[in-house]
Amino acid sequence: MNPPALELSDLRKRFGRLTVLDGVTATITSGRVTAIVGPNASGKSTLIKCVLGLVRPDGGEIRVLGERVGRDPRYRRRVGFMPQGAPFPQNLTGREALQLVKDLRPDEEPDLDLVHRFALAPQLGKPVRLLSGGTRQKLNAAVAFLFRPSILILDEPTAGLDPLASGVFKEKVKEAAASGAAVLLTSHVLSEVEELADDVLFLLDGQIRFQGTMEDLRRMTGEQKLERAVSRLMRMRAA
Amino acid sequence: MTIRRLVHSELRNVARSRWLLVYAIVLLSLTDLLFRFGGSGERVVLSLTNVILALVPLVGLVLGTMHVYQSREFIELMLAQPVGRRTLFGALYAGLALPLAGAYALGVGLPLLWHGQLLGGSAGGPTLLLSGVALTLVFTALAFVIALLFEERAAGLGAAIVTWLITVVVYDGLLLLAVVSLDDWPVEIPAMIATLLNPVDLGRVLLLLRFDSGALAGYTGAIFARFMGGGTAMAIAITALALWILSPLALGLRRFERRDW
Repeated sequence: MNPPALELSDLRKRFGRLTVLDGVTATITSGRVTAIVGPNASGKSTLIKCVLGLVRPDGGEIRVLGERVGRDPRYRRRVGFMPQGAPFPQNLTGREALQLVKDLRPDEEPDLDLVHRFALAPQLGKPVRLLSGGTRQKLNAAVAFLFRPSILILDEPTAGLDPLASGVFKEKVKEAAASGAAVLLTSHVLSEVEELADDVLFLLDGQIRFQGTMEDLRRMTGEQKLERAVSRLMRMRAA
Repeated sequence: MTIRRLVHSELRNVARSRWLLVYAIVLLSLTDLLFRFGGSGERVVLSLTNVILALVPLVGLVLGTMHVYQSREFIELMLAQPVGRRTLFGALYAGLALPLAGAYALGVGLPLLWHGQLLGGSAGGPTLLLSGVALTLVFTALAFVIALLFEERAAGLGAAIVTWLITVVVYDGLLLLAVVSLDDWPVEIPAMIATLLNPVDLGRVLLLLRFDSGALAGYTGAIFARFMGGGTAMAIAITALALWILSPLALGLRRFERRDW
C-alpha cells in the first residue's frame, strides 16, 4: 500500500512562551480535499509552514509520501504551494516568475492549464508590480498547480479572486483531488470549505479538536451548515 | 543548477530597479565633477576616498536590509520549493551584492578611466576601486545579518543606521579620544588592532598605503602605516577585509538556516 500523502505525529511548536502546536497528530489521505478550520491564532499557518519546511517543529515528525521532512529540500518537488500576495521579485514579468518556478524542477513537465483557463497570457508580459491583486492571485494559483503536485497546499486561495476566477479555481481543485492529489486547504470562507472539502480538521489552541469527514461533523454537531457546526464545536469544547 | 537560476532571476530583478541606476549615476557625476573642479589627480582621489568611505557603507546597509525585508514573501515561496536554505541565501546575497558592486565599479571606475587615473596614474585609482567593491561586499553582508536578526523592518533599518554611524563616524572619534587621553601610555598597538576591527578604517588604510600623505587618512590609518612596511600592512588589511566579508556571511547563513519563516 502507498504511504499516506501526509502524516503528522505529535507535532509541537512553541514561539517563546506561546505554544502554537501542542501535539498535533493527523493523517491526510490522497485524493481528498482536507480543510483546516479554526479561529485566528489557532495554529493553522504554523501547521502549514511546518509541512513546507518554513518552520522547524520543536518535536514530532512529519512524513510527506512516507518521506521524513528534514533539511533535505527534495521532498518539496511533489508539493505545490500557493503563496499569498505578491511574492515574486517586483521587476520580473509574470512570465519570468513562472519560468523561475519551472526552472526549479527542471525534470518535470509543467502544467499550464490554469494559465489558459484564467486567460493569463496577455498579462504575463507585465512586471509583477503592475499586476492587479486578482491577477497576482491567479498567478499564485498557476504556480501551485504547475507540476501536478501530489500534495497541494492552499492557504486562503480565493481571497481576491472574482467569482468567475474563483469558480475556475475550485473546479481545478476538484479535478486535482479526483486525479489523486491530497489537497490541504485553509479558508475563512466557510461556504467555500463546504463546497470543496471532503474532510475537516478543526484546530483550536494548537490541538486538533475534531478530525473526520464533513458528514461526521454534521452528524456529531447536529448542524447542517458548517459555520454553525464549527461554532457548536467551539462551544462544546468550552463547556 | 538551482543557485544559478536563482541568482540569474535576482540579478535581473535588481538590475531593473531604479535605485541601482540612481546610485551609479550619483557616483559617476560625483567622481567626474571632482576631477573637473577638484584639481590634480591624486588630490581628487583622496577627497573622493572620504566621500566613498561614508557613502558605500550607507548604501550597502540601507539597501541590503530593505532588500531582505522586501524579499520576505519571495523567500517563503522559494523555501516552499525544492530549494535548500543555503542555496537561497547565497543567491539572495550574490543577487544584491554583485549589482551593487557593479554599479560602484562603473560609477567610480569610468570617470577614473577617462581622467587617466585608473591605468597609468598613481596606484590610488585602482585601490579606490577595489576597496569600494570590498566595502560593498562587507556592508551588504552586515545588512543581511541585521535584517535576519530583527523581525521588524523599522527596528532593522534603525540598527542599520546605527551600524553606519558607529563604523563611519563614532568609531574613529572615540579612538582618537582614547589615544589622546591615554597619551602617556604605549597605545599604538591596541590602536592598530582597533583599526582592524572596523572595515571602514581598513578601507582607509588600504588607500593610505598607496599615498604618502596621511593627512586625510584619519588617525587609525596613520599609525597603521607608521608601524608596518607597505607590503605587510597591505596583506594584513586585505586579510582583515576578507574576514569582514566572510564572518558576517557565515553568521547570516547560520541565522537564515535556523530561523522560522
